[in-house]
Amino acid sequence: MITRVLTTTTAAVLAMSAAHAADSSDPIIIPTHNWSSQIVMSHVVGQIFESMGNSVEFVSTDSQAVYESVRLGDVTLELEVWEGAFGKSFNEALSKGGLHDAGGHNAVTREDWWYPMWTKEACPGLPDWEALNACAAVFATPETGDKGRFLGGPVDWLKHDAERVEALGMNFTVVNAGSASALWAEVAAAEKTKRPVVIFNWTPNFAEAVWPGEFVEFPTWVEGCDKDPSVGPNPNATYDCGNPATGYLKKAVWDGMEGKWPAAYSTLTKISFTNPQIAEMAKLVDIDELEPEDAAAEWLASNEAVWKPWTQ
Amino acid sequence: MSEQTLQLPKHQPVWNHQRTAWSILIFAISIALFKGVLPAGFVRLPDGLVIPFADGINAAFAFLRDDLGLIHVTRAFADMVEWLLNVTGNLLYGKNRWPRIGPIPWTVIASIGFVVGYALQGWRLSLLTGGTFVWIAVMGQWKWAMETLSVIVVAAPFSILFGLVMGVLAWKSRRVEAVMNPVLNIAQSLPHFAYMIPVVVFIGVGPKAGAIVTIIFSVPPMIRMSLLGLRKVPEEVIESGHMCGATRWQLLRHVRIPTARTEILVGVNQVIMQCLAMVVLASFIGMPGLGQKLLQLLQSLKIGRSAEIGITIVLLAVVLDRCTKAWATKQPAHFEKGTPYVVRNKFLLIGVVSAVLFLALAQVFPILDQIGRRQAFTISKPIDAIADWIIVLIDPITQWLRWFLITWVLIPIRDGVLWLPYISVLALLAALGWAIGGLRSAAICLAFFGLIALSGWWDRAMITVYTVMVSVVIAACIGFPLGIWGSFTPRRSSAALLICDTLQTFPSFIYLIPVVMLFGVNDVAVVGAVVLFAAVPLVRYTIEGLRQVPETLIEAADMSGATQMQTLWHVRLPMALPTIMVGVNQSTMFSLFMVIIAAFIGTQDLGQEMQRALSSTDVGKGLVLGLAVAFMGLMVDHLTTTWAHRKKQALGLI
Repeated sequence: MITRVLTTTTAAVLAMSAAHAADSSDPIIIPTHNWSSQIVMSHVVGQIFESMGNSVEFVSTDSQAVYESVRLGDVTLELEVWEGAFGKSFNEALSKGGLHDAGGHNAVTREDWWYPMWTKEACPGLPDWEALNACAAVFATPETGDKGRFLGGPVDWLKHDAERVEALGMNFTVVNAGSASALWAEVAAAEKTKRPVVIFNWTPNFAEAVWPGEFVEFPTWVEGCDKDPSVGPNPNATYDCGNPATGYLKKAVWDGMEGKWPAAYSTLTKISFTNPQIAEMAKLVDIDELEPEDAAAEWLASNEAVWKPWTQ
Repeated sequence: MSEQTLQLPKHQPVWNHQRTAWSILIFAISIALFKGVLPAGFVRLPDGLVIPFADGINAAFAFLRDDLGLIHVTRAFADMVEWLLNVTGNLLYGKNRWPRIGPIPWTVIASIGFVVGYALQGWRLSLLTGGTFVWIAVMGQWKWAMETLSVIVVAAPFSILFGLVMGVLAWKSRRVEAVMNPVLNIAQSLPHFAYMIPVVVFIGVGPKAGAIVTIIFSVPPMIRMSLLGLRKVPEEVIESGHMCGATRWQLLRHVRIPTARTEILVGVNQVIMQCLAMVVLASFIGMPGLGQKLLQLLQSLKIGRSAEIGITIVLLAVVLDRCTKAWATKQPAHFEKGTPYVVRNKFLLIGVVSAVLFLALAQVFPILDQIGRRQAFTISKPIDAIADWIIVLIDPITQWLRWFLITWVLIPIRDGVLWLPYISVLALLAALGWAIGGLRSAAICLAFFGLIALSGWWDRAMITVYTVMVSVVIAACIGFPLGIWGSFTPRRSSAALLICDTLQTFPSFIYLIPVVMLFGVNDVAVVGAVVLFAAVPLVRYTIEGLRQVPETLIEAADMSGATQMQTLWHVRLPMALPTIMVGVNQSTMFSLFMVIIAAFIGTQDLGQEMQRALSSTDVGKGLVLGLAVAFMGLMVDHLTTTWAHRKKQALGLI
């Protein structure tokens, strides 16, 4: 331990002399949530900041409530703002002020009805939504009677699945899970007996690495489908289409970051990950069972060409 | 004695409220029967009558926070807590803050654990304490466990000190006590999530918020126990204090508090247990460590590894529980005059020597300093394999059970509860209250549920009521027979109580994933998770109640030639009933807590709304929902304690 005291002091002295950017020595606080790609990405970015001489701390928070914390500067930034899941909270916080958009990732997000591959054996016409509707009986359970059961995400994700079922005249009942883990538990249980299931899922996500599967192809999203009944196949209903297949994935940042940590801020605005990169990060944790810190270090070591230019 | 105790209740003037109760019941039923022809206002509270409590609370909070500037006070307090957390964080897991000397090598802490355990009780406790730290290190959980402990070692002393001060204040002034009692009652029955929202508003997120929510949650039992202890100090002790010429402060510091030592230490023990109970929940607002890791692992369905963390949390709880209990019962050692310093302080010296020794060794052998995750040992694979095997094995049974419960039990009961007009439900409760405790109880029941109706969350509250009701009944069907079976021999009862303790300390979140895997996302899974928790107090109090029946009564029954079954049914169970009712009461409380957490499976009750309120940091809504849940608990508590009290009077136990 005594040696450690010495090494930390020397490191601190070195860091101080090497500090060319006027970044504050206060820690940059990065929030982590409850899904692995976000945790690893936070550690990746944190370690990039550390390599630039900044100090970084992580704090776990709720993924909706985090925008309030970013706004107040309690946490400095948020690396995964999903259009579908958090667009609403993000926009609300934007209108209150205190945070801004630090640019998007290259990655696109998609959130829609999804099934694991073994479901196709029971319902060969997939991924077409009409084929899914035709074999609704395969998905029936005691609580849904003879209708098929679609397991949606928590109600507060506001996915309008019930409206879509109504608008497209589908023979399905929407059941809402209370958390993402409940969704995965359901798929994991179904896998053991190869029971067909159709659930709400999104990409990029660890699930695609664990259970290969496909999204159900609904009528393509057209602008206004959620507001104007005349848009989409059913002339009398809204939500008669799938979700947009290319949603944004943005970074949100506290307004004070630019002044306090200018170098780190400039790097943050350049950061942009792609879908395969995000999936790779999630895989290191979910499949290879690395700790998020180690996964981040490993990813950084094998992808220097990707992230080095961002720090220039 | 037996003549008095064996009198049948019907000779007592206890049930003379029955006629009124019956007439209210008939009123309730007729309202339900004529539901079709009654105006809608009798079925559901008209929207115009719903009182927007949430808006009021939000306005009050905004006023407190911004206009009165309370946020500066809370933030200042939070900053102080944060500073302390930084110090413990640095020492325990090497957070990069002052004093920048940590982390302490794991062998040093483990060796201190061995010595402390031995000093408090002997080699058994020594092995348990030290062994727990070795387990944590070997399983590669050291950093997370230290993150958790770094918060607990700050939160627990605050709670203890604060609780003691409040206890003394309540003991000094009847008025303070009169205000504090109902506040404590409500605080202890509020669901945890309801506390967290105001904490996020006033403190923010992160370890400090985790510490503060832990302090708030763990303070009430400490206040209660200090008050109880101070009350029990005998007059003679105080007289002797007076005779020695003690001032009021000296009397408190050197006479009253030391005499109340046992109760106060029980309070300390309770504080520590409550702190550990918050480990997982507090991670929703940023408490680091074991709880946070557990949630992450559950999220990616790593049941084996989350079970490992669950075991660690249980072990830590057991260690801290045993150590504080040993400390509470240990009498201060006395030495002959002239005993050398080394003998008097041998444990302190052994501790210091071993700490220094391991500190030195850790510089040479890195494995004695930190064990990385890659070098760590794991038992997750066999746990996962066993879990998989069980799930596949009992799949046919669970499918059938799921179908049966949903079609024949849950859906009919839920529809029935939702079909009932609210006036009927209120009248039913009033009738129940009247039958048990007369006008006062009826009024209390009406007030609690009337407020829930006025809050506008009636339907959701009814779903919560239905889930709790079904769960407690199922838990009773499992818990009573188990409890009776367990009460026959001391060996069985200690085994059953051990299982109860473990189930209770095991973080409740771990149960959620297996029940979803077994039953899918539906009410059966929710009820299953709640039953696991609700059965524990039923088993425990049934065993304790049955074992407390005086031997003389059982002998008397034996002598009158009663068979074992007759003794059980006619002597032991009636005598144990008041204690068993405490179990029913506790079971309802546990169910209410668990049903809120079960929102993570997917429910349509108050818990789901509470979860939403937490993610949108809506203080008003969260508190209204929390109070609705608390009122249900308080009503059940009132009814069972009144009933048990009268029953005890009837049995001549008090």
